[in-house]
Amino acid sequence: MSEARNWATHREAKAEKLSSVASLLNGKLAKTSDAKAILENLIAPGDKVVLEGDNQKQASFLSKVLASVDPARVHDLHMIMSSISRPEHLDIFEDGIASKMDFSFAGPQSTRVSQMIADGSLQVGDIHTYLELYARMFVDLIPNVVLVAADKVDRDGNLYTGNNTEETPVIVESAAFHDGIVIVQANEIVDKVPRVDIPADWVDVVIPADEPYQLEPLFTRDPQNITELQILMGMMAIRGIYEKHNVQSVNHGVGFNTAAIELLLPTYGEQLGLKGKIVPNWEVNPTPTLIPAIESGWVQSIHSFGGEVGMEQYIAARPDIFFVGPDGSMRSNRAFGQMAGQYALDMFVGSTLQIDQYGNSSTVTNGRLSGFGGAPNMGSNPTGRRHSTPAWQSLRPDNDPLGKGQKLVVQMVETFGSNKRPVFVDSLDAVEVRKEAKLQNVPIMIYSEDTTHIVTEEGIAYLYKTSSMAERQAAIEAIAGVTPVGLRSNPAQVADLRARGIVAFPEDLGVNRNQATRSLLAAQNMEDLVKWSKGLYNPPAKFRSWS
Amino acid sequence: MEKLHFNYAATEKIAHPVHIGVVASGDLEVIMKPTTNSESTLDIVTGSDGFKEVWGNVLTRFFDRYPLLADFEINDFGATPGVVNLRLTQAMEALKNE
Repeated sequence: MSEARNWATHREAKAEKLSSVASLLNGKLAKTSDAKAILENLIAPGDKVVLEGDNQKQASFLSKVLASVDPARVHDLHMIMSSISRPEHLDIFEDGIASKMDFSFAGPQSTRVSQMIADGSLQVGDIHTYLELYARMFVDLIPNVVLVAADKVDRDGNLYTGNNTEETPVIVESAAFHDGIVIVQANEIVDKVPRVDIPADWVDVVIPADEPYQLEPLFTRDPQNITELQILMGMMAIRGIYEKHNVQSVNHGVGFNTAAIELLLPTYGEQLGLKGKIVPNWEVNPTPTLIPAIESGWVQSIHSFGGEVGMEQYIAARPDIFFVGPDGSMRSNRAFGQMAGQYALDMFVGSTLQIDQYGNSSTVTNGRLSGFGGAPNMGSNPTGRRHSTPAWQSLRPDNDPLGKGQKLVVQMVETFGSNKRPVFVDSLDAVEVRKEAKLQNVPIMIYSEDTTHIVTEEGIAYLYKTSSMAERQAAIEAIAGVTPVGLRSNPAQVADLRARGIVAFPEDLGVNRNQATRSLLAAQNMEDLVKWSKGLYNPPAKFRSWS
Repeated sequence: MEKLHFNYAATEKIAHPVHIGVVASGDLEVIMKPTTNSESTLDIVTGSDGFKEVWGNVLTRFFDRYPLLADFEINDFGATPGVVNLRLTQAMEALKNE
């Protein structure tokens, strides 16, 4: 008879670690000044550690403390992070505190990530979408310790995460129910939280932070900067895609192209008689450029991945539209938002830095390993989808008895980027980056097979209608302007593609180019957005040009 | 500053002049006038030197699609190829919508 196995080794290890810091805790509350000692006692060498931080909210106090621990005590950590956003996220690799990284997005640090992979100081497990990184926290990347951020915490350890709940619940859940340790930085300790976003018994240690967590207004776009080309592209998209396919539910990526569409719905969309007919339901962050469409009755519901700085009061006053708790403040949820974005939407509209001759696109360019964030979840056709909507059904091929619909995945780009480099290229820079970074796969954001439409200032390519790769390439060439890809286009083929509805120019859609002026936007600047919101929107200082 | 000149074979005569756009940063003005020439002539003044090949590409693509027979005068202040094409096609539309 073999020796009885101990089935609770994780639980015992956690209890032992927590007992080592018992003298530093009052209940679950620690002192700010003891933060370093707590991390040094609770994190063991080689641990899998989730450090909260997406493209908006960062557990910035805990990341600074982690970067200050003694590498002789805490080293070779395996970091699991949605976003590599702050310098210390990479400093810990140079100091030996961490050695391996699994992540989703590296926007602000993408250049340094590339360099550190090249010189061997950063070992990458893999690059993920947000949703698949969360998924792995429950399968093969189950964390030992998670470091998260809360707005308010009561003396029992109940967390209020409010507007910026984002990914905190999914991270905490992955640790709390598998004997991981949950450490929370708090903006404020209060007697009573406005509502309980995460219950106290999922939480082990709460540390008051020396300053509020970092929060970026990432989705705020000043209408002042929207160009006439973006307005023309928006008009084409509304006529040639939103109206044509009867789109009811949508996600807009971050960018000026989609901000233009949001500001054209109450004007151009109204002229076309589309109000009440298209896009009532949104999975999108509460971007201020949606305010005019909301106020003029275009929008029925908005669920959000995260909050947006300055939108709190406006959202609280519009509970019919947004997801708002009984306390009156918004609740976001990044994991549920990504799930909704993948499975429940008719359409994703995004932008990118490069599209190759076949229609594959990526934001990874030479020297910048930026990762993906959530775009591939939204910008892909979920083959597990079984419910039908008119827009989804409108892409169904008619020659297959078992055929099914498809999600609309739309890329909107100007043929030349702001750096005057061509967006349409023969081969993506990502192909080279894969070699340099020793990745298993080329870091493609959205594959050609998932891309159903491309919109440029020249027109729309309806890629889902093409019947061969050669035809798909010709459709892309027809709208790729004078990029190397576009120059291969020949006039006879373009005429044929237009006649068959595979390519449409503005005149084919009934879009008048001379109407594409800034006066067509429902709001011309930030002050207009504040007026539309009846004074409820409070833009961050960097977006204020008036007093 | 650079002055460029192009000629393009074209077939669709225009009846009267048209003027679109302004000379502002990142923008340009396009003036088209009826002509008695057998092909279109283009006189371009651009603030960005060294882009003759790109201009040629933009114009070839435009005349392939819209063979307007006219004398063109273009004053450019660093517009992208996309904006150049927008102004050319806006001028084309202004003529057709009358």
